[in-house]
Amino acid sequence: MSEEGELTTIRCTIDGSPHEHRCHPLTSALDFLRYVAGLTATKEGCKEGECGACAITLDGVVVNSCVVPAAHLQGRRVGTVLGLSRPDELSALQKAFLECGGAQCGICTPGMLVTGARLLEEGERLTEARIREHMAGNLCRCTGYGKIVESLLRASEEER
Amino acid sequence: MRARLAGFSLERPGTLDEALGMLAASKERLTLLAGGTDLYVYLNAGVARPGRWLDLWGLDELRGIHEVGDHVVLGALTTYTELRASELIRGALPLLAQAAATVGAVAIQNRGTLGGNIANGSPAGDSLPPLLAYDAEIGLRSARGRRFVPFDRFYTGYRASVAAPDELIEQIRIPLGAGSSSRACRFVKVGTRAAQAISKVVAAFVLGRAGDGTVDHCRAAFGSVAPTPVRLRRLEQHVIGKRIDPALIRTSSDVLLSEIAPIDDIRSTARYRRFVARTAWQRFMEEVPGL
Repeated sequence: MSEEGELTTIRCTIDGSPHEHRCHPLTSALDFLRYVAGLTATKEGCKEGECGACAITLDGVVVNSCVVPAAHLQGRRVGTVLGLSRPDELSALQKAFLECGGAQCGICTPGMLVTGARLLEEGERLTEARIREHMAGNLCRCTGYGKIVESLLRASEEER
Repeated sequence: MRARLAGFSLERPGTLDEALGMLAASKERLTLLAGGTDLYVYLNAGVARPGRWLDLWGLDELRGIHEVGDHVVLGALTTYTELRASELIRGALPLLAQAAATVGAVAIQNRGTLGGNIANGSPAGDSLPPLLAYDAEIGLRSARGRRFVPFDRFYTGYRASVAAPDELIEQIRIPLGAGSSSRACRFVKVGTRAAQAISKVVAAFVLGRAGDGTVDHCRAAFGSVAPTPVRLRRLEQHVIGKRIDPALIRTSSDVLLSEIAPIDDIRSTARYRRFVARTAWQRFMEEVPGL
């Protein structure tokens, strides 16, 4: 027993790369990414599953990483905002956020991008209503949402 | 800030039998972890109960939605996303699908479970009034065996239930006819905003009428108006055998108000909750099809 209690080894892939780290199994997936794996792109917002800033995908499913135990990452595919772009090229959604002013202070942006990218992957023609329903768990205190909705609409058109 | 985890440990059983064995052998009460959407709020805030936690999330025996005989059987780990997507639930038990769509938003619906909503026991749990309105039974499982408890007798007080320390919720069983399309039904949630809001008042109503127009079946269930989710039995009895008319809507509303006991808290006031609960019921009654 260390000061942090019993440790376990978590093996998973993060944005396609294999990772293996020791931590307490109840460490949140958010703390695992930021403090154990050292990947700080995923942001901490409310830490109660309310704001979506820490959204990641787990085997392709969007979750709030602050309310997921690291133990549940074992053997899974973890997706963060870092996995959305190639090294020298932003994704269509990231470009649309830049062009439409979908990001201001940036705290909600990684979660917005991860959650939005998952919606785009479904490949349907997006409507404002569908976007607002899907993105309802991602809070932004800067843009007023209009520009974020516009960014998703533009990315959806780009990809078609 | 990282949560302090000294004093917490996690057991990860590979099978349901293994989990039941751990529950049976434990001297302390284990904390049962499913999707974590409630427990991690407590853990991150530093108010979770330390000790041994038992991780149920990997137990496939607790998943799935099936029609078994004349019941719909839902595994305790059924998520809100699965409830929303299920043709069976949308067709036979629509209030449950509607409630699932109002819980949190996509990321929470992907992780939050029906069994977790029941076990957490918040009086504001959105899936709980539909379960009451549909005469759900809770299937409790332990190494000693399995038993079913009618959901309206599951809670014994605020966040307290009949589940023994060695029992876990295995499944939820609902009669197929509970949501019959010949009955009028409605789910109502009133919160601060559409998504991510904890309910100020949440309700589920089911009402059936005989050929002569008199009410022959009624369920009225509310959350956030008492220490536990509640079925208003006096209200239900009051309308049985009667025709729906303005007088019945008025008198039944008085019965409703005498039967709920909401409080003032951070989300709302007792006065507002009484007003909303009555209005939800009145609108439902006024809008029952065929009146």
